[in-house]
This record gives sequence, structure tokens and C-alpha cells, in this order.
Amino acid sequence: MDRKIKVVMAKLGLDIHWRGVYLVSQFMKEAGMDVVYLGNKFPTEIVEAAIEEDADVVGLSSLSGNHLALGPIVVDMLREKGLDRVKVFMGGVMPPDHAKRLEKEYGVQKVFLPDTPMQEIIDGINAAVNNTH
Amino acid sequence: MKIEKKELVDELIERSLKGEKLSISRLISMVERSDEYAPYIMEKISPHAGKAYYIGVTGPPGAGKSTTVDRLISMFCKNNLSVGVIAVDPSSPFSGGSLLGDRVRMNVKSEKMDVFIRSMSSGRVMGGLARTSKEAARILDACGKQIIIIETVGVGQSELDIAEATDTVVVILTPESGDSIQIMKAGLMEIADIFVINKADRPGAEDISTSIRGMLKRSLRKRDWDPQIFMTSASISKGIDELYAGIWSHYDHLDENSRLEQRRKRQLRQELHTRIENEFAKILWDMVHKKDIEQVVNDAWLRRADPQNTAQQFVWSSLRDSGLWPQKQ
Ligand code: B12
Ligand SMILES: Nc1nc2c(ncn2[C@@H]2O[C@H](COP(=O)(O)OP(=O)(O)O)[C@@H](O)[C@H]2O)c(=O)[nH]1
Ligand SMILES: [Mg+2]
Repeated sequence: MDRKIKVVMAKLGLDIHWRGVYLVSQFMKEAGMDVVYLGNKFPTEIVEAAIEEDADVVGLSSLSGNHLALGPIVVDMLREKGLDRVKVFMGGVMPPDHAKRLEKEYGVQKVFLPDTPMQEIIDGINAAVNNTH
Repeated sequence: MKIEKKELVDELIERSLKGEKLSISRLISMVERSDEYAPYIMEKISPHAGKAYYIGVTGPPGAGKSTTVDRLISMFCKNNLSVGVIAVDPSSPFSGGSLLGDRVRMNVKSEKMDVFIRSMSSGRVMGGLARTSKEAARILDACGKQIIIIETVGVGQSELDIAEATDTVVVILTPESGDSIQIMKAGLMEIADIFVINKADRPGAEDISTSIRGMLKRSLRKRDWDPQIFMTSASISKGIDELYAGIWSHYDHLDENSRLEQRRKRQLRQELHTRIENEFAKILWDMVHKKDIEQVVNDAWLRRADPQNTAQQFVWSSLRDSGLWPQKQ
């Protein structure tokens, strides 16, 4: 693929933790991606942004427990709007079995838990996007 | 295969002109990525453009451009106008990637607001806009947005492209922008139709307003419009009503004596000039590219010839060699 990957990144809902999402966004930029950072946003706004930005990837950061409540809504709304090719990645703090459920039952491409090396995240995104092009 | 794609593009254009967001977004991407169909898209789209009012917002990073744009979006929507926003942020010169943060400040509060916001990275372009910002703006215009707002990178050095792309230029400064020399150096005095001193909740707003007023008075340039100065605190929505009215008063000014037409024609002339020059250069380079520039560099180096004469000789001998020009004048 000869074009840059476009990512829409958000802190899910009212989550106040910013260090993880900021670090990941910086690394994506250094890896040559265009990252549109939304700050704190709810599913409707996140999906609207994904449409307007023609995003390849939506990234959601959740460290304060709203991952199961809001994550799946984002995936569903994207599919409803016809954005089937958009991959959703999540990261943050949650029980590992929740992460598995988000991946297996709710259509999240991959959840990255704390202490994941940055390169692993970048590689994961590159692989997932390049698979569909 | 080719035909299939053309049909796809035609359908995208048709849907876009009806205002369908997903299609508009795809079209902008294709143009942004210099798709082979980009010229075709612009050809089909352009006849529908030209109806919107284009507003440029520029000023140093952190001055409050995005916050102000957010407030203006609300004002326009409240008055039942649809808004398209192009927000440009810088790219990393190393990776080519970018972190575009303008949307953090922009919030669409209700479903009734007809808004389309698109972020763009500046790439290697220095003028404050991205290579295809104008095209993206034209697409939003053609697809029915009545107000187009373009927010520049805001590095404060060479932000002058915005004056060539919009009808009204709003320059946003803060009490911290202080030094009037900085403002002059950036050429902002020349391009501003409206000055905003944002963060007027902080000390020093009056001072900078006074110094701008002084600079405008001393400026020798003949103007048919006196740039207005507004004090705002965008983050607490103070002074926005006045700014909004000020923007419309500049529009009213443009609306008289076909000034808008003159301004847009001037911009068009400038744009065509640049594009024609680029096209010429491309064609000529293609014709002479067999000639090795390294050899000329070396030549000039050894002979200590000056670059201006070397360049001239290079062009003339290339033209003669390629048969484009008679051997003897
Ligand atoms: C610092 C911190 C805070 C700071 C945040 C400031 C800041 N700098 O962001 C402050 C003090 C403000 C804070 C507040 C709170 N915190 Co706190 N906080 C932490 C702490 C100690 C570290 C978080 C951090 O910065 N990690 C470093 C970064 C780099 O790691 P990361 O964010 O996990 O990111 C990595 C991955 O998760 C992933 N990633 C993250 N996001 C994304 C997104 C994408 C798209 C991708 C691909 C990857 C990805 O990539 C990163 C690299 O590996 C954690 C403890 C912990 N061990 O995580 C608690 C922790 C997250 N907080 C916790 C809680 C409960 C809170 C509060 C609710 C406390 C309260 N009662 O008020 C509030 C939150 C209020 C709110 N509305 O959000 C709990 C969450 C429990 C849970 N989810 O079940 C934790 C786990 C502490 C605990 N053990 O109880 N917190
Ligand atoms: N004190 C104060 N802060 C403001 C005001 N307007 C914006 N800000 C803050 O200034 C910072 C930069 O704003 P932003 O709109 O992103 O600036 P931009 O880089 O010019 O687009 C943000 O933290 C805003 O909240 C204002 O009127 N007063
Ligand atoms: Mg901004």
C-alpha cells in the first residue's frame, strides 16, 4: 500500500487518563500515520468523525471501566453506517476476559492492555489495514 | 476494470452532490491522494462550486483558532447555515505522519447542525495550507455547504496562502503574541480583514489592540476596507456575537461594487498562473531530463561560474538540443 494510514483516536466517553492515548498517537505519527485526535468523545461523535475523515482505523482508549458499555456501540454504529472496512482497536485497563470478549463477540479488531510495546501496536495496525487493501 | 472504476467515481460524485457524507469523504480522499481520477472529480465538481462564503482563520499555534472556529460553527448553524471546515495541522518532516488536534476543540452539539469537518496534514507545503486544501474546500462547497471555514497550520511564518483561498481572512492573536514586529514579519498585517485578540481574559489585550491599530494607521497601503479588531475569549464564548457580526459586515463590504468577484478573480489568476507555470516546468523538464543536472553542477563548480548564468545556459542549450528551439536565432 502506498498511502498513509488514517487513524481517528479518542478517549472513550469521559475517561480522564491521557498518557496512554497520547503516547500511542505519537508513535503512530512517528510510524508515518495521519492521526486525528478527538480528545474525549462519545460513540456518535467518534463515528461521525470516522466518516468525515475517511478513517482506516478507529482507536479507543478506556482506562476507567467504560470499555464494555461504549466500545461495542462504536463498532455497531460504524457497521450501521456502512463503514465495514474500518478497523476498531482498543487499549487501556480492563480484565483480560473483557478484552477477549470485545475481540471475539463485539468485533473489536484487537485490544492492547498496559505494557504492550509500542512497536507491537504499530505492527498490529499495519497488518490489519494492509490485509484489506 | 477502468470503466468499472469510472462508474464508481460517477456514483460517488452523484451521491456527494446530494450531500451524502460518506461519499463526500471518499472524494476528498481521492483528491488528497492524487488518485488518477482526481482531475476528473474536480472537473465534475467545480461547476457546482462557487456558491459558498469562504472564511480563513489563521494565527500562531495555541491562539485559539480551533476554539473560535467551534464557536463560529455554532453561530452559523444557529442561523440555519450549513458549514464545511478544513482544519490543517503540520506533518512530521521525518516520518510524514501527523497528529491532527483541531477536532479536540470542535464539538457538534446537535444532530440538527449540518457540519462537515475534515482534518488535513500540511505535508511539505509551507504556506499554511495542505496541497489539496483548496480542492477539499471546493468539494464541500459543491456538495452544498454554505459556509466554508479553513483553519491554517498557524506556524506564524508564511501563512499567506490563506489569503489566496478565502473571501475573508480572520487573524487570531493573543495578548502573548505581544511583539508587533512578529506580526509584521509574518505578513499578517497585509492579509487580515479582521483581527481577533483572543484570550482577552488575560492581561495585555488592550496593548496589542492599540499596537495593531497604530500599525494599520502607519501602513501606507491603500485599502478600501479598514480591518476591524475584536476582543474575544473563545473558550468562554465571550465576544463571539460581535466577531460573527464583524465577519458578515466584511461580507457585506465584498458584496458591494462586485468586490467579491474581483477578489476571487485575482485569486483565480494567481492560481492559474502558478499551475500553468508548474505544467510548463513539468513538460520542459520531461523533455530535457536526459541532460544530467549533476554534470552541470560539476561544470559550474569547476569553472566557478555563477548559478544564474549557468541556469540560463542550461535552459537554452537544452531547448536547442531538444529541437524545440531553432539552432540559430
Ligand atoms: C496515572 C493514572 C491516573 C491519573 C491520570 C492522568 C494521566 N496522566 O493520564 C489520574 C490521577 C488523573 C487518574 C484518575 C483516575 N483513575 Co487512574 N490511573 C492512573 C495509573 C496509575 C496509570 C495510567 C497510565 O498513565 N499508564 C501509562 C500508560 C502509558 O499506559 P496505558 O494508558 O495503559 O496505555 C497502554 C495500553 O493500555 C495501550 N493503550 C492505551 N490506550 C490505547 C488506545 C489505543 C487505540 C491502543 C491501540 C492502545 C492503547 O497502549 C499503552 C502502551 O502499552 C493507572 C494504573 C495502571 N496500572 O494503569 C490508574 C488506573 C487506570 N486509574 C484507575 C481509576 C479507578 C481512576 C479514577 C476513576 C479514580 C477515581 N476514583 O477518581 C480516576 C478516573 C476518572 C475518570 N473519569 O477517568 C484504575 C482503573 C480501574 C479499572 N479500569 O478497572 C487504575 C487501573 C488504578 C487501579 N489499579 O485501580 N488516574
Ligand atoms: N484563557 C483562554 N484560553 C483559551 C481561549 N480560547 C482558547 N483557549 C485555550 O487555548 C488553547 C489552544 O486553543 P486552540 O483552539 O486549540 O488553539 P489553535 O492552536 O490556535 O487552534 C486551548 O487550551 C484552549 O482551551 C480564551 O479565550 N481564553
Ligand atoms: Mg487548531
